[in-house]
Amino acid sequence: MSYVKGLRCRECGKTYAVAPRVVCDCLAPLEVVYDVEGWKRTMTREKIASRPPNMWRYHEFLPLEGEPTCSKSVGFTPLVEAPRLGEILGCRKLWLKNDSVNCPTLSFKDRVVAVAINKAIEFGFKTVACASTGNLANAVAAHAAAAGLEAYVFIPDDLEEAKVLGSAIFGAKLVKIRGNYDAVNRLCSQIANDYGWGFVNVNLRAFYGEGSKSLAYEVAEQLGWRTPQAIVIPMAGGSLITRVGKAFGEMAEIGLIERKPFKLLGAQATGCSPITVAVKRGNPEFEPQKPSTIARSLAIGSPADGYYAARSIMNSGGAGEDVTDDEIVGGMKLLAETEGIFGETAAGVTVAVAQKFFKQGKIRPDEETVLCITGNGYKTLDAVQGKLDLGITIRPRLEEFEAAVPRAGQQVPVTN
Amino acid sequence: MPIKVRIPAVIARGKVGSDNVEMAVADLKGLLDNLETLYPGVKKSICDESGKLSRFVNVFVNDEDIRFLGGEAYRFQDGDEVLLIPSIAGG
Repeated sequence: MSYVKGLRCRECGKTYAVAPRVVCDCLAPLEVVYDVEGWKRTMTREKIASRPPNMWRYHEFLPLEGEPTCSKSVGFTPLVEAPRLGEILGCRKLWLKNDSVNCPTLSFKDRVVAVAINKAIEFGFKTVACASTGNLANAVAAHAAAAGLEAYVFIPDDLEEAKVLGSAIFGAKLVKIRGNYDAVNRLCSQIANDYGWGFVNVNLRAFYGEGSKSLAYEVAEQLGWRTPQAIVIPMAGGSLITRVGKAFGEMAEIGLIERKPFKLLGAQATGCSPITVAVKRGNPEFEPQKPSTIARSLAIGSPADGYYAARSIMNSGGAGEDVTDDEIVGGMKLLAETEGIFGETAAGVTVAVAQKFFKQGKIRPDEETVLCITGNGYKTLDAVQGKLDLGITIRPRLEEFEAAVPRAGQQVPVTN
Repeated sequence: MPIKVRIPAVIARGKVGSDNVEMAVADLKGLLDNLETLYPGVKKSICDESGKLSRFVNVFVNDEDIRFLGGEAYRFQDGDEVLLIPSIAGG
């Protein structure tokens, strides 16, 4: 049974029946309205906890009419303690929500696409499409293949090779646009109505975005049914951080968790920082930018949910901060070397920004903090190309090895 | 000075896809006034009380966001191709 009541404009409040729709008549975005009283009557911790470990354990909070028919094994990624990274950042209780191992395409986008593809099937679409900075393209391509749908993915023509190949392998049709993501986005919004496709982030946007909430439900459940005091989230279009705040709010409203303050902290690359600049200025109205950063998954200069993201951060008492490309690579290395997790450039952004927040006192050492690792470093290898110690190459001769790697003073006893 | 304007379906009510219209206007304010003449009531839905375009509508001139060209201060050039589109989600 569905708890969806319909769609509502986030600005003027006009309501619509559930259908594929790009925006309200006033051109503002739409959001899904749920039967909150129904949730209160039926949803319990025990009911959720008894279900299989994937994002559909929260399906009542997601905008499907029925049970999911595909993309069933997505989400419930590990929430791991990060004591070694925490010591360096100066945080006594640090956690990592590791969506870099999400299934099947190693980013948090598997969550939003799982909802969008199921919704596309409910609406009867035979073709799905997306405008993407890479991770969304990978997810749409993979989920569509598994569901037997045709997929068109629109991407900037300068994307990381792994993200291009990682879409093509699934048989998706790639359309590479000469321009940045904002240009891709512009084209897609012009064609979304004309082709009869389910465009996951255009005419399915209201539903798609809701998939992000599952990350927050999981964090709260994995912490033992409570919110962290601070959560650091990378921002591109600004949807994820907005939905995390919404999801924590929903859980508190229906009594699944106690309502306690939590700070939403947003992270961007300095080369594409419209939202953090707006937050620092204290006004959620952002100015668009022309992106120039190695964090290409975050390179959206005119973020559609930027206003809501900035507002959510400010209302939560949080903060926004951005970091340079060198700091991003430093963040990737720090995460990998301390916790054994290879996150993509966006993870480098999150870790490096978190480091700044602790230094600035925007997060205190005693505040329990979650960092959201939203994508996988094996997809953005070019970011670390030439920046790592790749070791030595020698002939297979003992003396060459011993010359290159002197024995340390300590000897491990060996018995034969 | 005539410019070409592409209008989203949601404004060009009842038509499929975007609508192309030519108009002779000097700037963004003139464009919005002209749209109101063509589609009565449209300003009420896409502008705020002061007549400023909603933050959810992006205007592009020859593929460049008008905000990079000076926004409301930008003077249209002969033959400019102008695009009005709602901002859409990230990816």
